[in-house]
Amino acid sequence: MRNILTICSKEMNSYFRSPIAYGLMAFFGLVTGWFFYIATAYFVQNSMKASMMGGGGPMNVNEYVVRPVLMNISVIGLFIIPMITMRLFAEEKRSGTIELLVTSPITDLEIILGKWLSALMMYCAILAVPVLNLMVLFAFGKPDWKPMFVGIFGLILQGGALLALGSFISNTTKNQIVAGVGTFAVCLMLWVLDWVSSFESSAWAKVISYMSVVAHYEPFSKGIIDTKDVIFYLSMIFFGLFLTARSMESLRWRS
Amino acid sequence: MIKVEGLSKRYARHVAVDNISFEIEKGKIVGFLGPNGAGKTTTMRILTCFMPPSSGMAEVAGFNVMDSPMEVKKRIGYLPETPPLYPEMEVGEYLQFVGKLKGLSGNDLAKRVADVSDRCNVAEVSKKLIAKLSKGYKQRVGLAQAIIHNPEVLILDEPTSGLDPKQILETRDLIKSLAGDHTIILSTHILPEVEQTCESVIIISQGHVVARDSVENLTSRLRGSETVAVEVEPRSGELDTAVVQAKLEQVAGVSRVVYRDTKAGRSHFEVESLQCRPVRAELARAVVESGWNLNELRGVNLSLEDIFLQLTNTDQAASGGAK
Ligand SMILES: Nc1ncnc2c1ncn2[C@@H]1O[C@H](COP(=O)(O)OP(=O)(O)OP(=O)(O)O)[C@@H](O)[C@H]1O
Ligand SMILES: [Mg+2]
Repeated sequence: MRNILTICSKEMNSYFRSPIAYGLMAFFGLVTGWFFYIATAYFVQNSMKASMMGGGGPMNVNEYVVRPVLMNISVIGLFIIPMITMRLFAEEKRSGTIELLVTSPITDLEIILGKWLSALMMYCAILAVPVLNLMVLFAFGKPDWKPMFVGIFGLILQGGALLALGSFISNTTKNQIVAGVGTFAVCLMLWVLDWVSSFESSAWAKVISYMSVVAHYEPFSKGIIDTKDVIFYLSMIFFGLFLTARSMESLRWRS
Repeated sequence: MIKVEGLSKRYARHVAVDNISFEIEKGKIVGFLGPNGAGKTTTMRILTCFMPPSSGMAEVAGFNVMDSPMEVKKRIGYLPETPPLYPEMEVGEYLQFVGKLKGLSGNDLAKRVADVSDRCNVAEVSKKLIAKLSKGYKQRVGLAQAIIHNPEVLILDEPTSGLDPKQILETRDLIKSLAGDHTIILSTHILPEVEQTCESVIIISQGHVVARDSVENLTSRLRGSETVAVEVEPRSGELDTAVVQAKLEQVAGVSRVVYRDTKAGRSHFEVESLQCRPVRAELARAVVESGWNLNELRGVNLSLEDIFLQLTNTDQAASGGAK
């Protein structure tokens, strides 16, 4: 445990020493802020219209603002992942510092968990900006807080799963750029897999769309925790970290 | 302390280390000498559990590198060929991090960091970013990192590369001062480095151990038949090189004299002597008594290549003679 924290805090340090962390936060804050603005503006306009026409009950903030904003964050988050994980192992391999880690009395698993945990914390730090945006809603209205927290929990799960895959990809190369592009491609694929279900309904299409990361997030954005989705993300985390461990081991045998 | 038996390492294409065996006693400094690509780094990487051997056995402090890597790693300090540094860290912070990795904590950690910073002369840069250090300072930080947990065994891959001459001497002294408590293996391609720092030497070439001996034995074996460069100048007029050559050849113990060249009136000869015959004093007397000036008399350093040739040749000759 101590070793995991040692690795994790070293990684956190290096994230915040580089301008990338702040760049990502700014970029992510700006884009999600824009979506938040659009969703809120749309909501305000429509609820005003609705109340002027006198029909229907009051519109639900959760339904019209929180949910779409969470869904957007979930998708944009896919593109943040490669930038967080690309240097994780690739850079250590390029510079030779991996020799220090591997010859120190700590296990591969501790190295991997430490690094993955730091990536997750970095991801959470980036998420903090849009989450603060959502908190603003409490100042002006009465959104239901429970679905909001479920949604954030889901984002973290989804992030953890993709970060684990990203770690694995970063472990297979010495080149950060290759790792980044590879992870980006995988994230993109996992996102678009869901689209197949819109025009196909065969068993294959079901299997493929089951693999879609974003589809599993949908219930979370509505405030529903479904065990099936939680298990999906948890097994993906496990799978990703397992592959990373295997890759570390096999590279040692080969090189 | 370190025991290697029949160790081999095959990469995809070729064999980097081929069935080598050696043993190193506790407290010794051993030089690992060999040309580029000999397999020094590969052997060290196996000893430090960075990668497993293809076959054979390696033991450090009684622990097998394959069966109990954790125990081995706890006891080893390792300076890889390129010092494993994080450019975005400060020196002090980096040493702290490595200390923690090696299992130090609290007061102990702070004390060790201060201690090694002092010993390796990096205390004055402890607040500097590693990215901004010169190559020599990086090498020193690498060395500090290797000894931070006071390991029983130190494995140093080319510890003096990239240092200035003064720093090389200091580093050698530092390494020598660590011997006794620590068992040290250091790799190098520089012969004098081994002579000055190590007690014994293992010479490897193309994955094989070509020689392993104490430094004294090896140098005397190599210096046994020595080559001396002689520079002779006439007190006046011209010098007849044939006469000088004949004169030098008459000196007892000289086996061969080769005339090299004459530059600005100074003639250069190379004198080879017989096994175990010190000839320099006699050579000097011969030159001076003949009325010439002796400008220079110096032993010619054998290059690493010469040593390999000589070692492999003499070994073959010895085994051939035994038949
Ligand atoms: N990762 C690798 N994959 C394939 N071959 C390798 C690898 N690392 C080293 N080799 C080969 O193994 C041989 C031994 O290399 P090694 O690095 O051990 O030599 P060395 O004695 O340390 O040389 P140097 O003095 O240049 O550091 C070399 O021929 C090298 O090309
Ligand atoms: Mg080497």
